[in-house]
Amino acid sequence: MTALVRKIRLYWPLIKPLQTGLLLATGLAGYMSARCPIFNLGTVAAVAGSLSLAIAGSTVLNMWRDRDIDAKMERTQKRPTSCGQVADREALRLGLLLSVLGVGWAAAIDALYGLIVFAGLFFDVVVYTLWLKRRTCWSIVWGGISGAMPILAGRALGTGRIDLIGILLALSVLFWIPTHILTFSIKHREDYARAGIPTFPSTYGEAFTRAVIVFSSVLAALTIGGATLLIGIGAGYLRLFAVLSAGLLLLAFAAFRAQSERINFGLFKYASLYMLSAMLILATSAF
Amino acid sequence: MTVLDRFLLLLTGLLAAWQIVVGVDNLSALPTIAYTIAFGVLLVAGLLLIILGFEVLDAPAVVIVSTIIPLSLSLGLVWEHSASWRTLYLIFAIVGFLAVTMTRSIPTPGRIPTLVLAFVHGVAGMTIFLLPIVAAAQGAGKPAFALVGLGGALIGLGGLLLSFLKAGKPILPRETILKVLPGLLLLMTACFVAGFRWG
Repeated sequence: MTALVRKIRLYWPLIKPLQTGLLLATGLAGYMSARCPIFNLGTVAAVAGSLSLAIAGSTVLNMWRDRDIDAKMERTQKRPTSCGQVADREALRLGLLLSVLGVGWAAAIDALYGLIVFAGLFFDVVVYTLWLKRRTCWSIVWGGISGAMPILAGRALGTGRIDLIGILLALSVLFWIPTHILTFSIKHREDYARAGIPTFPSTYGEAFTRAVIVFSSVLAALTIGGATLLIGIGAGYLRLFAVLSAGLLLLAFAAFRAQSERINFGLFKYASLYMLSAMLILATSAF
Repeated sequence: MTVLDRFLLLLTGLLAAWQIVVGVDNLSALPTIAYTIAFGVLLVAGLLLIILGFEVLDAPAVVIVSTIIPLSLSLGLVWEHSASWRTLYLIFAIVGFLAVTMTRSIPTPGRIPTLVLAFVHGVAGMTIFLLPIVAAAQGAGKPAFALVGLGGALIGLGGLLLSFLKAGKPILPRETILKVLPGLLLLMTACFVAGFRWG
């Protein structure tokens, strides 16, 4: 029993619980936005379970692949894979097992849902992590497409097809990801440089990166706003969404104008809260 | 910032978010927008305080942003309860906000920025404090509506503490002000929400 607890403690950081939780929230919100029988707890639990496994699996595979560069970065050098607490093969096996279980479960629930979950895993592990991450800073676009798959998958499961709202929701996550990732890469630019990972700040400079952050924040707010309008959520939730979006845009413009580390960090944190809040609004407005 | 401070600020944000979602019944567009702006600023300010800590209060924009809350709340109240003053107060709110913004953005001589700030906050604060109490006393609202006035008194107290602190003449030590601020914000928001809900 003690050994099992020790293993779980060791594996826990490998799945990046906060990131996995946020992506899971997008998937559940996408599903609930379809206004299908959300009180069918069995289906909700199956969506949560399959998505959690698939997202966690791709995250572990990402960490397995990046263990060499993680060891060079101050922020990540204590990860169990980079400091040798979890053996390479063990991490690979764990990542593959979680991924197969997650995608398999998703496909068993619904073929289209399973296909989109698989696409998310493929874009994250193969296109982003294995192919592009060490070659170009534009890899984040593919990472973004991968991050947009859970919400699209959830929506597609609820409606039985890929519709305009689902595409807008996916685009909103895709446009939100640069805000999240680029603020992070500005904060940890020296770490990324040490590991030789190309980032927007190192390739195009900070001013351009901050402009991209503002642009992507505007697009994220517009696309998710468009989706919420089409879904037809109530006026109260729309007001709340408008307030939160205004906060995001003001902070993005402030970060662009002030070029301040503190505001940049604030934007990074606020953007995560914004996405989580938007997903909660989408989910709770279905009740 | 302690865990308790963060918890109190989170509760403040959640209460403000709830008020934005439920709104106030049977209102026209302008007061709805005014109340949404007031509670929206409270919500976003609470989140930023949690994320960035009390140091965010040192930013010059805080004076301008914190003017929005009393101005928009008082505008909503005047629009709702004092129809004959609507246009005049709308002009005051717009001009007052612009005056505070300009005197805080452009170098202005002497005590003009402080006087402008004190006048705008004073009028807005007294409106939020007195109007609900008078309305409740005259039967225009239920007695609980006076809670909005109590919220107005608390926002005035918080505004005074912060303004004098930022002006370099603190009424209380900075540590004491920051210690009571999260609780004060929560109590103030709770008074507003309860007043609008049951008033």
